[in-house]
Amino acid sequence: MLSIKDLSVSFRTRKGEVNAVRGVSFEVAKGETLGIVGESGSGKSVTSYALMRILDAGGRIKTGDVTYDGIDLRRAAEREMQDIRGREISMIFQNPRAALNPIRRVGHQIEDVLIQHAQATRQDAREKAIQALEAVKIRDAEARYHAYPFELSGGMCQRVVIAIALACNPRLLVADEPTTGLDITTQKAVMDLVRDLTRDRGMSSILITHDLGLAAQYCDRIVVMKDGEIVEEGDPQRLFSQPRHGYTQRLVDATPRLGVSVRSLLPADSRAAEPAHAVGDRPLLEVVDLVKTYRGKSGPVQAVKGISFKLLEGQSLGIVGESGCGKSTTSEMIVRLLDPTSGAILFDGQDIAGIPAAGFARHPRRRDIQMVFQDATDSLNPRHSAAQSIGEPLARIAGLRGAKLKARVEELAGLVGLPLPLLSRFPHQLSGGQKARVGIARAIALEPKLLILDEPTAALDVSIQAVVLNLLVDLRAQLGMSYLFVSHDLNVVRLLCDEVLVMRGGEIIEKGPAAQVMSDPQQDYTRALISAAPQPPAKAHAA
Amino acid sequence: MAEISMPSARVEKAGGTLRHIAYVLRTNPVTMIAFAMFAFFLACGVFGPALAPYDPLASNAAVALQPPSAAHWFGTDNLGRDVFSRVIVATRLDLMISVAAVALSFLAGSALGAVAGYWGGWLDAVLNRLLDTIMAFPLFVLAMGIVAALGNTIENIIYATAIINVPFYARLVRAEVNIRRNAGFALAAKLSGNSDLRVLALHIFPNALPPMMVQVSLNLGWAILNAAGLSFIGLGVRPPTPEWGIMVAEGANFIVSGEWWLALFPGLWLMLAVFTFNLLGDGLRDMVDPRKRT
Amino acid sequence: MPSARVKMVLGRVAQAVPVAVGVVVISFLLTRALPGDPAAYFAGPAADEASIAQIREALGLDKPLIQQFVIYVGELLRGELGTSISTGQSVAADLARRLPASLELTLTALVISCAVALPLGILAATRPGSWVDHLCRVLVTAGVSLPTFFTGIVLIYVFYYLLGLAPSPLGRLDFIYLPPERVSGFYLVDAAIAGDWGTWLGALKQLILPAVTLALFTLAPIARMTRAAMLSALSSDFIRTARAAGLTRRKVLYGYALRNALLPVVTTLGMVFSFTLGANVLVEKVFAWPGIGSYAVEALVVSDYAAVQGFVLAMALLFVVLNLVIDIAYALIDPRIGLT
Repeated sequence: MLSIKDLSVSFRTRKGEVNAVRGVSFEVAKGETLGIVGESGSGKSVTSYALMRILDAGGRIKTGDVTYDGIDLRRAAEREMQDIRGREISMIFQNPRAALNPIRRVGHQIEDVLIQHAQATRQDAREKAIQALEAVKIRDAEARYHAYPFELSGGMCQRVVIAIALACNPRLLVADEPTTGLDITTQKAVMDLVRDLTRDRGMSSILITHDLGLAAQYCDRIVVMKDGEIVEEGDPQRLFSQPRHGYTQRLVDATPRLGVSVRSLLPADSRAAEPAHAVGDRPLLEVVDLVKTYRGKSGPVQAVKGISFKLLEGQSLGIVGESGCGKSTTSEMIVRLLDPTSGAILFDGQDIAGIPAAGFARHPRRRDIQMVFQDATDSLNPRHSAAQSIGEPLARIAGLRGAKLKARVEELAGLVGLPLPLLSRFPHQLSGGQKARVGIARAIALEPKLLILDEPTAALDVSIQAVVLNLLVDLRAQLGMSYLFVSHDLNVVRLLCDEVLVMRGGEIIEKGPAAQVMSDPQQDYTRALISAAPQPPAKAHAA
Repeated sequence: MAEISMPSARVEKAGGTLRHIAYVLRTNPVTMIAFAMFAFFLACGVFGPALAPYDPLASNAAVALQPPSAAHWFGTDNLGRDVFSRVIVATRLDLMISVAAVALSFLAGSALGAVAGYWGGWLDAVLNRLLDTIMAFPLFVLAMGIVAALGNTIENIIYATAIINVPFYARLVRAEVNIRRNAGFALAAKLSGNSDLRVLALHIFPNALPPMMVQVSLNLGWAILNAAGLSFIGLGVRPPTPEWGIMVAEGANFIVSGEWWLALFPGLWLMLAVFTFNLLGDGLRDMVDPRKRT
Repeated sequence: MPSARVKMVLGRVAQAVPVAVGVVVISFLLTRALPGDPAAYFAGPAADEASIAQIREALGLDKPLIQQFVIYVGELLRGELGTSISTGQSVAADLARRLPASLELTLTALVISCAVALPLGILAATRPGSWVDHLCRVLVTAGVSLPTFFTGIVLIYVFYYLLGLAPSPLGRLDFIYLPPERVSGFYLVDAAIAGDWGTWLGALKQLILPAVTLALFTLAPIARMTRAAMLSALSSDFIRTARAAGLTRRKVLYGYALRNALLPVVTTLGMVFSFTLGANVLVEKVFAWPGIGSYAVEALVVSDYAAVQGFVLAMALLFVVLNLVIDIAYALIDPRIGLT
């Protein structure tokens, strides 16, 4: 169906020519689902843009053949390509709400495509558009036809994007990270929908993703890319049990799944013994009936509806939930960036909920509760070097200056594995993993008793995530910190946490030891969360 | 292993800043030209009276209305004064007015906008209405009104120009601060023991500077145009003080009878100065933006 | 239960009220601070102290400021803006008489600059790095550097004195023509209605140079904003989706990108109109255009407080109304705004 031979794509940048894709070859048969898996910078998305000929202005195809059903896509005229796009080959992207025209009704956007490819006339376009919406299982399709993208949820927007892509019955669908940014249950629903639709229509599809587990679950064959090249190819089962290339092995190891420990995420040669962390019996943190109410447009909105839990000294507690469940609001209140509406937060016996957030910065307890943020790029001041960012709490709270400050910053850099020469660099000169380390170094600078981690690895590549998670495990044992780990990813939480809370709609619906909740969930919602997470095929050898 | 030391990091940073400025100038020829021109105008402003070949106020009826020649590069005006000398000397006045006005409005507008953008609430609402009210007046008209009401002095031109420019800075700073109010690094700064005020002043505001630099340079140009425009209609600087606007106004009377040099040279000089400031904008922004450092 | 849209419109109107109040207060204070004594002016050069004091009392200028303000607002609500010292007529009538001249000039200038700036900005955004793009950027930077009074003078010099193409810059109509019968106050419109094509051409010839001068001034911000908005729209994700769905370049450009880009351009147009009202003053002086700008300058010079006050107030209120209209139009065009 689709055949790509020796494709090379390069971009003209200010620093010269960059080869994003180098000599990539693969084929997609009729009705087959191919997965292209790689981390950021691997060139997987660029490959798909090249085949659709929608590269950015600075990019061009240097060499290679792209043949679709006998048609030479590389040398086809633009008019021919416009005809092919949408009618023969369709594409869906990540970030669905941004992918739709914000000021045009979704029904009209579907009609545009139908009319463009002469699949409908002005008279029956509306009817066909509603049919397209029904095909992607949108309820009340006729009402939704008139909706604007901002009125729809993320999952619904993605369904609309799929409807647009499939409206003209193409034979090949390219899905570029279609589930990024979606909740895990929505993720499953969208992927199942795509799989069902492509199977029903006999379509071929290409799934581009960084998640090897996801690809293993939905693809017939997987191609692994690194630095613009294909390093390995094969069916999911074989890739997981007998990876041939070292990089594939690393990816397989680093993919969190049931039945492995955090150390096994690392490559086999760097697995030191996992240090034990002692859990005391005194509660370090006790949250009693915590409530947060916002003033919404149509009345008060309760983000957190009165939750209570305990965190023992040295314990690691995970809070799991999807977006809007209140977990981030809870963590912001505990770290005292946000004031609760009511309730108590007892830290080391002292109720800190009463101290207003605006005044907490200069409170003696400030040094005991610190936070690692989700987006390392956003959490570093673009004007400060890494050393300045790490040194900020030391200078402001511990009052260190001069040589003592420098020594401590270097000590922290060593603890988190950040090479000393990088300390003078600015955030835009650091990689994602390096920025994450800077954020962690800053958070542990004052040796806090409680460290709150709000989705600390969500924005990282899976191999970097493996390293960062292990770093967190080491630091925990070294410094005796308690962790409050907030995440939407159950697999990751299970690796690090002793106990886990599941939140939904502002309430705790289940809590207990992590292993127990994962293996024997009491609530339906917890069960749905666990089953929605893609589970890669079990590896042949034990973790 | 390379060593980084904290105290000398400050020294290294200063050296790094200079190196970065040189880098920006090197890679962007337009910026280089703009800075060269700016340096030229600055020199005229500082050394003006020393550079002028004739006394700008000395009238000499015998040589009135002479076209440009070797003795008088820009010709002479109706009172026999040397146009070139007057143009050069006027640089100091016009630059001073625009720099003072922009500095005032920058400070006031930034403070107001930062406070409104960070704390929001009724402060923000009041500020917005105030800015709307100022901006409701056609700017030049407001400047006219203020100068007419308060008196025809240079200080009042500066105040009037500053007032009408405040809304631009206030709005810009407010928007930039608002975006960054809940950014990770602002929250992290709070966790590091910075009070709200410190976070705003030392962490958030410096990051708003790059887009403001462009506005500053545009405003410097506007301020000169404003002052010149006010003088043109008789509301600013009074004759015989040399000022570009007045000179164009006086020269306008003679252009229809063919003596073009009285109005053209001051006007071109004015245009060139404003043009220089506008070109500076992008270069200034690149210098201040840490992301442009390699 | 009024719809969300109606509530939003009413909300915007309510927001404009304090601004209008502020405008009234400021214009009152400004003109009371003007130098010169209107009573003395009215009384005439031969008057003595007693008659000046009498006139002052008659004008109500001896009362405390607050009381004067209340009287002022009362008169305002009746539509009375006072009497001009220099023309002796009611200020409201003066302004009404001269407003069409300024409007005709400003609107013509805006039409010309949009006709050039919009296509230029769009082309520059769709062909980055080309000569069109560079031309656009140079034009924009040069445009904001131009002093309107200077360009007006240069244009007069080149086209009137050197080339003899333009008529002498003495106002709206050369004295050999009679102004057409007043229907709208716009000479071009009125002459066309009357079928008097000779006068129409004469009015056009007088209008061209000042309109071009103003247009050069407004060209820059419109072109810059159009280019920036188009660039931003073209690099959005939804454009990528549209291209991937096979929509033609034309459809993508005009149907998707341009419509999204027009929103910030519309806002800029409002700002530009405000600047132009200011720049109007200078251009009207250079070309002896009998509009409200030159009216204001003449009034300022003789401290005709009622005229200045009326002018400032009228201009500001006009601007508030215009902004309100643009705000509402924007909110109606952009479906996202109505619900915030």
